[in-house]
Amino acid sequence: MSATSSVLPLPASGRVPLTLRVFAALDRKAWIALAVFLALALVVVPVLNLALPPESVFHVSAYAITLIGKIMCYALVAVAMDLIWGYGGILSLGHGLFFALGGYAFGMYLMRQIGRDGSYGADLPDFMVFLDWKELPWFWLGSDSFGWAAFLVVALPAVVAFVFGYFAFRSRIKGVYFSIITQALTYAAMLLFFRNETGFGGNNGFTDFKRILGYPITAPETRLVLFGLTAIALAATLVFAAWLVKSKFGRVLTAIRDAESRVMFIGYNPLWYKLTIWVISAVLCGIAGALYVPQVGIINPSEMSAANSIEIAIWVAVGGRGTLIGPVIGAFTVNLAKSWFTVSFPEYWLFFLGLLFIVVTLLLPQGLVGLWKKLMARKGAPA
Amino acid sequence: MNALFASHPHDGPDGGDSATQLGHLVTGELDLSHGVALYLEDITVSFDGFKALNNLNLAIDAGELRCIIGPNGAGKTTMMDVITGKTRPDSGKAFFGQTIDLTRLTEPEIAHVGIGRKFQKPTIFEQHTAFENLELAMKTDKRVWKSLLAWLSGDDRDRIADTLKLIRLDGEADRPAGLLSHGQKQWLEIGMLLMQEPKLLLLDEPVAGMTDDETMRTAELFVSLAGKHSLVVVEHDMAFVEKLGGKVTVLHEGSVLAEGDLATVQNDQRVIEVYLGR
Repeated sequence: MSATSSVLPLPASGRVPLTLRVFAALDRKAWIALAVFLALALVVVPVLNLALPPESVFHVSAYAITLIGKIMCYALVAVAMDLIWGYGGILSLGHGLFFALGGYAFGMYLMRQIGRDGSYGADLPDFMVFLDWKELPWFWLGSDSFGWAAFLVVALPAVVAFVFGYFAFRSRIKGVYFSIITQALTYAAMLLFFRNETGFGGNNGFTDFKRILGYPITAPETRLVLFGLTAIALAATLVFAAWLVKSKFGRVLTAIRDAESRVMFIGYNPLWYKLTIWVISAVLCGIAGALYVPQVGIINPSEMSAANSIEIAIWVAVGGRGTLIGPVIGAFTVNLAKSWFTVSFPEYWLFFLGLLFIVVTLLLPQGLVGLWKKLMARKGAPA
Repeated sequence: MNALFASHPHDGPDGGDSATQLGHLVTGELDLSHGVALYLEDITVSFDGFKALNNLNLAIDAGELRCIIGPNGAGKTTMMDVITGKTRPDSGKAFFGQTIDLTRLTEPEIAHVGIGRKFQKPTIFEQHTAFENLELAMKTDKRVWKSLLAWLSGDDRDRIADTLKLIRLDGEADRPAGLLSHGQKQWLEIGMLLMQEPKLLLLDEPVAGMTDDETMRTAELFVSLAGKHSLVVVEHDMAFVEKLGGKVTVLHEGSVLAEGDLATVQNDQRVIEVYLGR
């Protein structure tokens, strides 16, 4: 509530334009950090990638750009998860579904962009030729259009989340029951997408993309644009989320988390608050999925596996729930560790992940951000 | 649960349940023209055959301060659950004023028509500051969209400051409510109730855990509220009930055993039996 840490001396009351309120959602340090991050992603990394020869120590490889780009998508998902779990107190173990829906929605467009360059040289995507389909199924209608794909990336997760969330929250399903149902939901979707007849490439999913908006998808410049867009999306999401949790809406949300019946008896209907944050969270995941697919070059039903969704919760727990920046740190820490482990000790990764989760749960309930705050407090206190 | 939703008057096919319209479209304005604020008739609630309320009849006048006493399990909390929409009665009528049928409204709607409830165990938002607790309770449009864009006006801040002063928490405005003492939490919850500007206040053991001094101050506050508001106070502390001075209703096994001023009730033979055992 107190505007003491904001950049601007906002009046405590009266009419304040929304833009100023969004600006005041982050303090000066956070804005500087965000600016540094964007400068790195939009200027420094492209220069180090394009201008320096591959032999240089400072050269940023295409591999590194893809890896970091991918992890930024994960970080966006982690922030979305923090909104619903950290602030709303609702643990979803099905967020991989919304990520995959966004990915598939955009993947359809990328499949159509292949044109006749597929291995069969046909108008239809390869997997349809393989299935001996003669024309596009009705739900592929419009998949040629980038605009329609972009619309689906937002609309599909939103509709699925709204319908599922409405019935779940209206029936007052809470806690572990809700988590289990979301887990079942993503699992059921995975089984559906595994079927060839569903029309999304079965267990192979979509891959072998060639172009995006006509530009070659593997060209260094295209990759850097996608990388930059992902960085912008992540930064914008952080600002939006910070504004959201500092608004009165955010205070009602945490109030529902802490004492739902009290919230009802003072006249708020928790259903609409939960549903709003749930849909927002799902849409953010969809956007992350859509940014992920062209960078990684593949989307398949394993994105909807139960383990994937659980991993999202682990990123958030490791970084620190209810902090927004914590989940970003968690997503980077866990995924950098993962990419190192899966190269050096592939068979030990899951053991490490399990151990990490236990350690965080037992020793670091506030995650890495909580640990950092504790260390700072100790340093600040007289010895 | 489903039957309950099906019978709901505003639960339209668009999912636009009344929360989206709270504050506008409830069943009309509170009508106190006949001087009755709350009217319960033949309310029965049973849980697995056990009758928590058994043909309960109760009428609270507008502006009245009523105390409800009774041994454990007499149905006091269940009665409050029925009034606030948490529990649906198996049979009977529950009206707020002349027109508002409480058995057809949800909890948030009942809050909106003007019934505020204080729980037995202080229920406040522990992570929020005392100020924020009052801000969230304040009477206003409580739909999602409004909350997203809400910004306190100067008048709002003054109102919160006045209430903080009234509940003697003006020095604690920016402290997380979880750090307040038990008595302060009780006061904060009472303050939240007042911010709602309810016509009827339901107070479940409001002075439990308070010091004698705090208890007496609470009694003074409630007496000063009566007249403008109707109050229903459930309490075990007889000194407190005496200080409130209103009419007393004794509940026993889900129905009214006796009603009258405290002295009359205390001398009632059946009441003595219930309290002292047969």
